Amino acid sequence: MPRLSSYRDFDWPLFGIVLLLSAISVFEIKSATLHTKFHGFDHKQIGFLVAGIGLMFLISMIDYHRLLDIVPWAYGISLVSLVAVLAVGTKVLGGRRWIKFPGGIHFQPSEWVKLVLIVTVARYFWGLAGKDLSWTDIGKAAAMVFIPMVLVLKQPDLGTALTYLPILICGLLLGGLRFKQAGIILLAVALLGGIVIKSGKHLKPYQQARINAFLDPDSDPRGSGYQIRQSLIAVGSGGIWGKGTNKGTQTQGDFLPIPYTDFIFAAFCEEHGFIGAIGVLLLYFLILMRLIQNAQTAADLPGAFIIMGVVAVIVFQIAVNIGMVVGLMPVTGIPLPLMSYGGSSILFTFLSLGIVMNVRMRRFVN
Amino acid sequence: MSSSPTPDFLNERQEKLAPSKLHAAQYIVALILAILFAGLWRLQVLGASGYRVLAEANRIRKVPVLAPRGRIFDREGRILVDNYPSTSCYLLREQIKDAQADLPLISAGLHIPVEQIQATIRHFQTAPAYQPIPLKQDITPDEQAFIEAHRNELPELETLDEQRRLYPRDGFAAHLIGYVGEVSEQMLDDPKYAFYEPGDVVGRSGVEQTYDSILRGQDGSRDLIVNSHGKEVGHLGQELAVPGQDLKLTIDLDIQMAAEKAMEGKIGAMVAMDPHTGEILAMVSRPTFDPNEFSGRLTRTSWNSILTNPDHPLLNKTIQAQLAPGSTFKIIMSLAGLEQGAAQNMKVDCQGGASFYGHFYHCDLHHGMVDIHNAIPLSCDTFYYTLANRLGIDTIAKYATGLGIGQKTGIDLPDEVTGTMPSVAWKMKTQHQPWYAGEVISVGIGQGAVTASPIQLARALSGIASGGVLKRPHIVFPSEISKEEQEAIAETFPGSGDKTVSISPDNWQIITDAMAQTTITGTAAASHLEGIDFVGKTGTADLVSGRTKGSKDRATIPNAWFVGMTPRRNPDIVVAVLWEHGYWGNNSAKLGAQIINAYVTKQRKLEHNIRIATVPSPVAKPATQPPASGTAPAAE
Repeated sequence: MPRLSSYRDFDWPLFGIVLLLSAISVFEIKSATLHTKFHGFDHKQIGFLVAGIGLMFLISMIDYHRLLDIVPWAYGISLVSLVAVLAVGTKVLGGRRWIKFPGGIHFQPSEWVKLVLIVTVARYFWGLAGKDLSWTDIGKAAAMVFIPMVLVLKQPDLGTALTYLPILICGLLLGGLRFKQAGIILLAVALLGGIVIKSGKHLKPYQQARINAFLDPDSDPRGSGYQIRQSLIAVGSGGIWGKGTNKGTQTQGDFLPIPYTDFIFAAFCEEHGFIGAIGVLLLYFLILMRLIQNAQTAADLPGAFIIMGVVAVIVFQIAVNIGMVVGLMPVTGIPLPLMSYGGSSILFTFLSLGIVMNVRMRRFVN
Repeated sequence: MSSSPTPDFLNERQEKLAPSKLHAAQYIVALILAILFAGLWRLQVLGASGYRVLAEANRIRKVPVLAPRGRIFDREGRILVDNYPSTSCYLLREQIKDAQADLPLISAGLHIPVEQIQATIRHFQTAPAYQPIPLKQDITPDEQAFIEAHRNELPELETLDEQRRLYPRDGFAAHLIGYVGEVSEQMLDDPKYAFYEPGDVVGRSGVEQTYDSILRGQDGSRDLIVNSHGKEVGHLGQELAVPGQDLKLTIDLDIQMAAEKAMEGKIGAMVAMDPHTGEILAMVSRPTFDPNEFSGRLTRTSWNSILTNPDHPLLNKTIQAQLAPGSTFKIIMSLAGLEQGAAQNMKVDCQGGASFYGHFYHCDLHHGMVDIHNAIPLSCDTFYYTLANRLGIDTIAKYATGLGIGQKTGIDLPDEVTGTMPSVAWKMKTQHQPWYAGEVISVGIGQGAVTASPIQLARALSGIASGGVLKRPHIVFPSEISKEEQEAIAETFPGSGDKTVSISPDNWQIITDAMAQTTITGTAAASHLEGIDFVGKTGTADLVSGRTKGSKDRATIPNAWFVGMTPRRNPDIVVAVLWEHGYWGNNSAKLGAQIINAYVTKQRKLEHNIRIATVPSPVAKPATQPPASGTAPAAE
């Protein structure tokens, strides 16, 4: 148990910014669900936030070195849960992503696996610290991430599977990948990606449609192209000052798709304009900078690796989600951390923040 | 899993990440956020005004795209039913801002009474609010200009270009083709029409009704983006309409024209059929109606005049008239007598009638000694009274039923009647009375309780003349439609269908040879066609007991029947004619002769490879060019 005094070292400023962003999220969810059957989701979101904050404090109490110790177990359980979800998961919208527990709790293993992967990769590269990475080392790291990734893709949940990638990339870059190796990997990925997109065999039809819609928004105006189009209209028509809370015609008029989850940022931009959007970007910037600072002050390498893994995931999600909302990225269904409605996403974010706090609170050990 | 040793915390490697790497990470994060910032700048600062316009214009409306209905052709691909482009005005109920003010304005601009608009709105109460409802079809350019000019005041008005049904003039083949109209409320309650919505246009009779699901195609829709004034500013996409399938009928336009001409100005029905296949070659019912009137909005006066017409213009009498067949029934009597072995050597001395069961039954003439060979051409009643008396009702019923009398034929047209073939059991069942022996006498000459429709008589004759092979009559080639559709049709129109009854070849020969005498020396001698093996049987069916020749009261004038064919054995064409109040069977025989003549003339021309001039389409300006006359022979 940590001494109470160590909560002096808890990152209160970071926590404050996170709370501010969460509050913004709750208000925007309230506005976006005003005239829909999802009315009242803002209250549910508050519930998730409270639970998330509780978990954050809980996980910050356990020394993260304990977490590093149980990595093999945790990793094994992760794989088992991902296989289980494929076998007995609840089908929602054509994908098996949730395991239903008695008491109405839906557990989405793919979100928690993210956290396990962050710690697993941190421990792995800690073990390799100080040496040049061989191709075998790189291969092992890749396998570590790709195995769960493939299982998640099978659900199929492209969005969540993609969020595992930055964990690997971040680990490789910080773990001593040389320029030459990076170049070779990039080339290989580019070739492979080209082949996959050309053949399209490994993508579900709806995923192909999304990519096509992104490349040519007018090719499929009723599907993904429609979503992007409505999002652009929402963001653009918000202008500099926005239309005001509950006044977004795109958000309130049911033109914007799922304005409380994936497209919440578009709803926010419509109602609060460029000023509001820049405000939120600034909050994210502060959070990320603060996280990287914590990585700098971490007591040891695995601590730093863990924090940077969290940074990688959060940056990736922000980039992909906001990129999608402003039309720079295809529709992937990745939620915006701390903003999008949804239990799994909120709980993951707060748990990962809890681990960051955990590392920070123990930065003066030894 | 990594094989790295579990680190020992006491010998902690005091390593940290290189600050340079973390700085690089900060730059990467800043760069990513800067890109997002630029994206937001592009949309919200630079593009704001443009997107604001789009948001303003962003009201999507689904506009139906009506599938053009399949066209209908004759057996040689000549067009019978076409479509023409028309503009209709629809009302978008969601867009009505102020009904009090708008309705009178619409009423004035489109020349529709306010009450009628309100009635239309009421009629569509059950339809979803976004569904446009039809206000007026075939609007004039003036009315279209009115709608355009009042776009802002009346955003609820919407014009739609559609394809509407176009039928040849004068009710040509109206009964077999049918007409289309708006689906009625009774129909909507019927599970068969579960997929139809109020306002849908459906076939309401004839081929249009039977094959509606094939002809109708599938409506699509366009997603329009309209501004808050209802003006179109772009479109999002569309579900394409699937046009209905064209249908080829078994009707031969040349024969049909001849039949239409023959029946001109008469009341009755005429049907010609290919007995080998059951294909209907011509079908006419009189009086007729104009299907074009029905495909639009019928005025109450036209409706009333049609409904109150005592001659039932909407009835397809070829399949819906159940009348006493009169002497045409004697062919069936002859078959029953011969097959039973009772008629071969029967000789009857006709003295203008005969007494049975204490009642004298009249014959037209004093025929003297009559046997089966001349009883048919002379149509001697006395012979058949005697034969009927010998056979008894149940024997007659056995053979008549075998030939399809008293049952539906199963023709692929709606509302076919069954007709009646009396029998002992039938009387018990329907009237709860025993059969009296005397009742069989009038059945012998096709009077009394026996009734039949022209199509039934044509088919019964085909059965006898083809040695017992009866085909299910049909209007659409089975090859035109899928297996499932064929099965569905067979299920919807049950009837005696294709069947074979056993007939001894000798008897078959006796009857057809005797029928040949009818048009040479017999009752239809006036209809003799030189060089054509045209055979038949006339019938004069009394409407009231006792002949009323020369009567001025139309209702008492007998119906004139005729069934005929060519050639006499295994005929290629069978024709049945009913001329209501036509006095004498030989009058109908003349009409039948016209059809047979038209048919044979055509066949001979085809045999000599003479191209028949395409019948000019009666449509003033066909919307589509009908394909050139096919070269397929009319009868395979």
